[in-house]
Amino acid sequence: MLSKRIIPCLDVREGKTTKGIKFKNNVDIGDPVEMARFYYEEGADEIVFYDITASHEKRDIMLDVVKRVAETIFIPFSVGGGIRSVDDMRSVLLAGAEKISVNSAAVKNPEIISQGANAFGSQCVVLGMDVKHVGQKENIPSGYEIVINGGRRYMGIDALEWAIRAEEAGAGEICLNSIDADGMQEGYELKLTALISENVNIPVIASGGAGLPEHLADVLTKGKADAALIASMVHYGNYSINEIKSYLDLNGIRVRKT
Amino acid sequence: MIAIIDYNAGNLTSVAHAITHLGFKCKVTNDIRFISEAEKIIFPGVGAAGSAMESLKRLGLDQALKKAFSDGKPVFGICLGTQIIMQYSQENDTECIGIIDGSVKPFQKNMTSENGSKLKIPHMGWNKIYPEKDHPLLLGLKNDDEFYFVHSFYPAPEHKEHVVAKTDYGIRFPSIIGFDNIFATQFHPEKSGKPGLVILNNFCRSKPC
Repeated sequence: MLSKRIIPCLDVREGKTTKGIKFKNNVDIGDPVEMARFYYEEGADEIVFYDITASHEKRDIMLDVVKRVAETIFIPFSVGGGIRSVDDMRSVLLAGAEKISVNSAAVKNPEIISQGANAFGSQCVVLGMDVKHVGQKENIPSGYEIVINGGRRYMGIDALEWAIRAEEAGAGEICLNSIDADGMQEGYELKLTALISENVNIPVIASGGAGLPEHLADVLTKGKADAALIASMVHYGNYSINEIKSYLDLNGIRVRKT
Repeated sequence: MIAIIDYNAGNLTSVAHAITHLGFKCKVTNDIRFISEAEKIIFPGVGAAGSAMESLKRLGLDQALKKAFSDGKPVFGICLGTQIIMQYSQENDTECIGIIDGSVKPFQKNMTSENGSKLKIPHMGWNKIYPEKDHPLLLGLKNDDEFYFVHSFYPAPEHKEHVVAKTDYGIRFPSIIGFDNIFATQFHPEKSGKPGLVILNNFCRSKPC
C-alpha cells in the first residue's frame, strides 16, 4: 500500500516565495531553496512550485531556482505556472524537476498534455485544474466548472469531463484546486475531490482549503485523494509537517515516517 | 569514478546530484571508453523499454553494460534501468540485455487494496520494502523506511535468491535485486530522501568482485 503524500506548495515570484490568500495580496515570505530544504528535512513527501512571475523575461530566474532545489533536496518536486510548450517543459525537467504541471495552457491547447507525455512520459505530466462550483447546467453536468486566470475566467468546461479527457491524453496525475476553498483554511472541497478521484485511474492531489490536520484526514479518506497540498498552514508556522503526519498516523492514515 | 549511463532515457541530473552530495565523483556519459574505465556503473532510466533498448543498441551501450558485469564491476540499475537488465520485458515486447534471468511484467488492471479501494496504475508514491535476505545495500536502513516509486511494470527474476526485498502493491513484487556485482532497485533511491541516500552510499562503497 502506498503512503498518502503530504505536499507543501510554494508560490514563487521572481525567485522569491509568496503565499496568496484567494490569489490576492501576496506577501513575501522567503527563499524557495531554503524553504524546500526546510520542508525536505521536515518530512515533506514532495514539493510543488508555482511560478507566478508575470513577466516572461524574468522566467529564467525560476530555472535557476529549480537547479538549486535539485541540488539540495532528494525527493520529487514539480514546477507549474507559465509552462506553455514542450520546450518550456523540457527546460524545467532538464533543470532537475521530476514533473511539470500545466493548467491554463492545457485548457487553451489540450494537445500539450499528449505532446508532453509522448516526449517525457506520463509520469512527468501533471494536469493542474482550477475548479469552481457553479451548480449543474446543461454543459456542466457535474456542477463544477473549469476556470483560469486565478478564477476570473469561466471556460464552459465540465471539470469531471476535463479530468477524464486529460487522463486519456496522457496526464500522469491531477492536481485539483478548488477556487472556492482556496485560501479559506476551512477544509478541502471533499465532494469535488471524491468525484474526480473516483472517476480517473491516475493519482489526484487535493488542493485548496487546508487549515487544520483534520482537513487533510478528511480529504485523504472521504475525499479519496492520493495526496494533499498544503500551504499557509505550514508556511506561517501554525503546524509542522511532522505534527500533521502524526495526526494522520493516529487516525489510521498511512503516511511516510521520517 | 562512477559512470552514470546516459541513453536519452529521462533526466539523469538528480542521480548525479545525489552521488555528488554523498561525496563521490561521477559523470553522466555515453562514452564507451569512459564506461570501460569507470570503477562502478549506475544505469538509471525513465521511459519505455522499447525505445530505451533501441537507444542502448544504437550507442553500443548494451554490450558495454554486459562487459562491465562480466568484468565484475559493481552495476546499479534504477527503475527502467533495472527492468532493462532483465532478459525480456512485456512492455513493447522487448528483448532486453539479459544480465538478470527473468522477465518484466505489467501490474494487472483492477487491482484493489486490502480495504477494497482500487489501486491506481502507475504505482506512484512512497512505499515500504520487506527484506527477503541480508544484503549490503540494506545496511543502515530502518524498518519504517519508505522509497519513491513510479512504474507500471515490475521485474520478476527467475531465481528467487536474487531478490533482496519486495514491496506490496496489489501483489508482492521484487523491489530490490542483488547478487554478485549486480544491485538494482525498482524505486528511485535518488528521490527517496535519506533512506535512498543510504542505499546509494552502500552501493558507492561496495567493492568490485
